[in-house]
Amino acid sequence: MSTGSRQPAGSTEIRRGADQSPRQTQPRGALYGGSLRTLSIASVVMVGLALGMAFFYAPEEATEGFLQRIFYLHVPLAIVCLSGFVAAGAMAIMHLRTREARWDLRSYVAIHMSLIFGVGVLICGSIWAKGSWGHWWVWSEPTLVSFLIVILLYATYQPLRFSIEDPERQARYASVFAITAGAFVPLNFIAVRLSTAYLHPRVLGTGKLPGPMALTFVISLIAFALLYVTLWRFEMTAKHARWQLKALRRRLSGEDAPARRRSAEPELGAGLGTGAPGVPGAGVGPGADPAPGLRPEPALTTNNLGRQAP
Amino acid sequence: MSVQPARRLDGEPDNRPHGSPGEPHAGPGGPTGPGGEPARGPRHPKTPPRLPAVVMALLRKELLVELRTLESVPGMALFSLSTFVVFHFALNRSSVEGDLAAGILLVTLLFAGMLGINRLFVADEEQGGFDALLLAPVDRSAMLIAKAAAMTIYLVVLEIVAVPAFGLLLLGSSLGNALPDLIGVLALVDVGLAVIGTFVAALAVKTRARDLIGPLIALPLLVPIAIGASRACAPLLSSGPHTGSGVRWLLLIGLYDLVFGLIAYAVFDFLLED
Repeated sequence: MSTGSRQPAGSTEIRRGADQSPRQTQPRGALYGGSLRTLSIASVVMVGLALGMAFFYAPEEATEGFLQRIFYLHVPLAIVCLSGFVAAGAMAIMHLRTREARWDLRSYVAIHMSLIFGVGVLICGSIWAKGSWGHWWVWSEPTLVSFLIVILLYATYQPLRFSIEDPERQARYASVFAITAGAFVPLNFIAVRLSTAYLHPRVLGTGKLPGPMALTFVISLIAFALLYVTLWRFEMTAKHARWQLKALRRRLSGEDAPARRRSAEPELGAGLGTGAPGVPGAGVGPGADPAPGLRPEPALTTNNLGRQAP
Repeated sequence: MSVQPARRLDGEPDNRPHGSPGEPHAGPGGPTGPGGEPARGPRHPKTPPRLPAVVMALLRKELLVELRTLESVPGMALFSLSTFVVFHFALNRSSVEGDLAAGILLVTLLFAGMLGINRLFVADEEQGGFDALLLAPVDRSAMLIAKAAAMTIYLVVLEIVAVPAFGLLLLGSSLGNALPDLIGVLALVDVGLAVIGTFVAALAVKTRARDLIGPLIALPLLVPIAIGASRACAPLLSSGPHTGSGVRWLLLIGLYDLVFGLIAYAVFDFLLED
């Protein structure tokens, strides 16, 4: 959140406020908002409630029996996953409009989470298909097939990021990809649905879901959406924390830690966070003269973490 | 190899009203006319060239480069012929019809197109075509349109070779009856393949593993076109009477082409920013 406009380390403001203690300069937003705990508790409660309702409250479906209850897991997961992809596209639009690295990070994390959810959807969809149609994979089933195509497309997101060296270009290209793929999601579903007979249980389309089932479905949709948001926030927090750790390590190891990186992760604040954590002595190269060598010690207390806007 | 810088020189200055290939040497250095000033006039027009003119210039450059190097199209055509031979042995059939024929034709054209897509931006990346375009005061989308048009032309040339060869080597039914409808389907496929291919190629060309990333991204994006085209072609390539109306599938491909064309047009600028 608050890290979008950092200055590169080693600027002239290093010595400003050298008497502040590290505790005071600890940024308040370091863990990316305080609502994480509330959110976690809420999503645990909701997922528990949804699963409980799916198993004990919802009535047994007449033809498919117990197996039908996987519907309360499978369909919400799929809806949340695809919405996540589309949301990532919207975040990517924001990134291209504002050029702020945080939007790229959000889009990246959203696609990452959606991919994980998507694998879950494919697995529980396969289980359902095996149970009700007798095959693990059914080609005549449009939703399953289009979902697979979408997952295959998004699986190239990480390789694409990984093979672009320049962080700025990596972010830009990834956003272009996310926008295109986000628009592809609904188009692909229309195309594949046109191509095959309707075999998928179209529970939602028919509109005759009995009350308890509908209630359970809505509850579990909310639960999994909440779970998605919580996991998304957790990953964002982890990224921020790791990035701050990297910045601190970079301060410790000197200004000219190697800037080489080969990663698919978005980078917050160009020029920062590039320190290699595994290279403690990186700053003590032949070119490091004694005067700059003294700087990291005061800098640790006053580095740019302290200059973050709350 | 030595032809290539010259080729760029006579391709790019066409964007300007008075592009004289000899003059850029005297560019920013010293006075070029008697007073220094008058000579700058024609080379810095007040209004930038209009989009159609730029697109035509770039398209002309593309086709000229392809004609001089013959980098893409012969390779694509040869690839399609070898693929037919491979299909013959892999399927162990001497003639195919209907669904199978449509699938073989589509897959072959798609993969042959992939070869062209992989080559599409390589010359621009390696020899400064991108820089030249960015330096010119023109709309960058011109590059997308010109490249897509060039790619469409390559694909049409490819099909002029590949479709008769397919009819000769593998197809069981006669090609003659199907040809008018087939041309319509393939034209829509070409446009879609060219637009998506150009967009993906521009995305992939700056990456390290561009030959891998391009097809990886392009193939899922092309699935809807493959669906529509194979469904539309299947009745055309069967020996029985043409029953099903392929209009629905043509509409699907056309709509997909249109939507993706718009998306590519909207985001293409961001790929050419540095």
